[in-house]
Amino acid sequence: MHKTIDQINERIRDGSARVVTAEEMPAIVAELGETGALKEVDVVTTGTFGAMCSSGAFFNFGHADPPIRMERIWLNNVEAYGGLAAVDTYIGATQQSDTREDQYGGAHVMEDLVAGKTIELRASSRGTDCYPRRTITTELLLEDLNQAIMCNPRNAYQRYNAAINTTDRVLHTYMGTLLPNCGNVTFSGSGGLNPISNDPKFRLIGSGVPIFLCGAPGMVIGEGTQHSPAGGFGTLMVTGDMKKMSPDYLAAATMYGYGVTLYVGLGIPLPVLDLDVVRATAVRDEDISVDMIDYGVPSRSRPLIRKVTYAELRSGSVEVNGEIVRTSSLSSYRRARAVAQELADWIKKGSMTLSLPTRPIDATRQVKPMHQTSKGPRVMDIMDRQIVSISESEEIKTAAQKLLKGETNHLPVINGEGTLVGIVTTFDVSKAVANPGKAKLVRDIMKKKVVTTTIDEAVDIAVHKLEKFNISALPVVDAEHHVIGMLTAINLGKLFGGRWLK
Amino acid sequence: MKLLVNFSRGKGRKPIIAQVVRDTGVLINVERAVIDSSEGEALIDVPDDQCQLVRNSMTSLGARVRMLEHGIHFNEQECVDCGACISICPNEVFSFTPDWKLALAEERCVLCGKCIEACPHQALMLPL
Ligand code: SF4
Ligand code: SF4
Repeated sequence: MHKTIDQINERIRDGSARVVTAEEMPAIVAELGETGALKEVDVVTTGTFGAMCSSGAFFNFGHADPPIRMERIWLNNVEAYGGLAAVDTYIGATQQSDTREDQYGGAHVMEDLVAGKTIELRASSRGTDCYPRRTITTELLLEDLNQAIMCNPRNAYQRYNAAINTTDRVLHTYMGTLLPNCGNVTFSGSGGLNPISNDPKFRLIGSGVPIFLCGAPGMVIGEGTQHSPAGGFGTLMVTGDMKKMSPDYLAAATMYGYGVTLYVGLGIPLPVLDLDVVRATAVRDEDISVDMIDYGVPSRSRPLIRKVTYAELRSGSVEVNGEIVRTSSLSSYRRARAVAQELADWIKKGSMTLSLPTRPIDATRQVKPMHQTSKGPRVMDIMDRQIVSISESEEIKTAAQKLLKGETNHLPVINGEGTLVGIVTTFDVSKAVANPGKAKLVRDIMKKKVVTTTIDEAVDIAVHKLEKFNISALPVVDAEHHVIGMLTAINLGKLFGGRWLK
Repeated sequence: MKLLVNFSRGKGRKPIIAQVVRDTGVLINVERAVIDSSEGEALIDVPDDQCQLVRNSMTSLGARVRMLEHGIHFNEQECVDCGACISICPNEVFSFTPDWKLALAEERCVLCGKCIEACPHQALMLPL
């Protein structure tokens, strides 16, 4: 047995369609069986509400008198793209305000417009014969714009890796605050309610399909950027009319230490055409697993800690290496449910009918990493290989002499086995000399917590460490924790004028 | 009742909390304390009926005492019920109701401030 899209739309129009949310579907299939569920259910609605950085909107302001060809454009001091026709622009969600930094950004401009607030438009131009005006400043409401079309290049991620932090310091990431020593796990996504997880083969979701976008009717444009469904990371490019959006389903946010983003509510109705659709929409949180990734490692391939399902993540805690660790969702399950529910209500009322894709989305693609023509400098390219180190059992006076002779400000301290156990700086030694006390040996004054780097670490990451810990040198260590070099601010000077800054 | 106590540590370095416990006989629960060489701040919990007694005793020893009637300030309007704060709070102030709405057990809050940065929607603030 199967149903056609026309039959389903007819039922929607005459008000007899049975519409359920993806959360209800597994129980219906369990009760009625697959064939029974196919007979009973016409539409399954899905929903997600979470941070979607790749979001933004096109605006058309209409022409001023005299007219201006806007080249640089700011909305509430957030810069918008000026490379379009005279009074068109695109504002991106993550663009930060020139004056308020991460407290206000493109996402907030969109949120304020949808909430009915006034926005200040400021623009400048060189002036041309046809567009003589050079500057303009005006206040605008959403209703004053000719068009405000949300157009998001990458939304509705099928699933997203969970994050954990094995280092001994707090990390602030786009996955939220990660406590040290595996202190918590963060995750994002609506699991069994996610649109793509209910249609992983993209039989129903494709170009032209109607959707719920931030409370307004919208449409799938096609595959999203970084679409990688082969590995379970499909994405969608979507659009919708901002003028019809609701503040309940669009919320600006600031991830501390990371930046501005937009929380987007998005739902897709799926027509229950055949048994394959029934099976796909019976997916539960238990069936969808993601990788728990160590965000303490700042590289593209971060280590996998374990696999974990959305059901485990949503339970509030998960086991990591024998310990119970609390979880935090970054997306809102409550609002994802509200999206699926409101979308179901629209369809029950007959205000949205369904369509099949006018152009399919490739369900087999795999995303490629960036093609990098130059690798960027590594620590080994610029580090000092001449190392002056000191043993922990030497006297402070010896350290002072070495610092003077070696013309350095940092002495890595090693133990009897030659492994790194601490660091002393000129400051530590001067302090010990100026306030003579009990301290006699290097081990009494050394700092035991040493931030280190390795030869193949990217210089950018080493620099990030120097800045983050407000220090000026990093010992370079090998796998056995032997010091094989030093990286200091002076070495970084080699980058300038060197072959890396072409 | 929670009291926020600020004191400066002069030459004598009197252990003010211990002193008050001895003088009043009230058992004080220290929930949070930051003390450096010159000054200190402690958040203490005392039984409601002995609050005034402890307060007077601390004030007479030169401390500034403020009653904290509220825990973390929660702006429900801004909250999207994500739950980012839940795993951050050391005292399990936050949890979900069965329908995934954020619930607060305000009385457990020790105003450490850790959740404030963790909330992506700026819905949490220290009470004034
Ligand atoms: S201030 Fe500290 S104790 Fe209070 S709710 Fe926030 S994290 Fe929990
Ligand atoms: S982190 Fe903020 S927005 Fe999210 S549930 Fe907690 S208070 Fe609400």
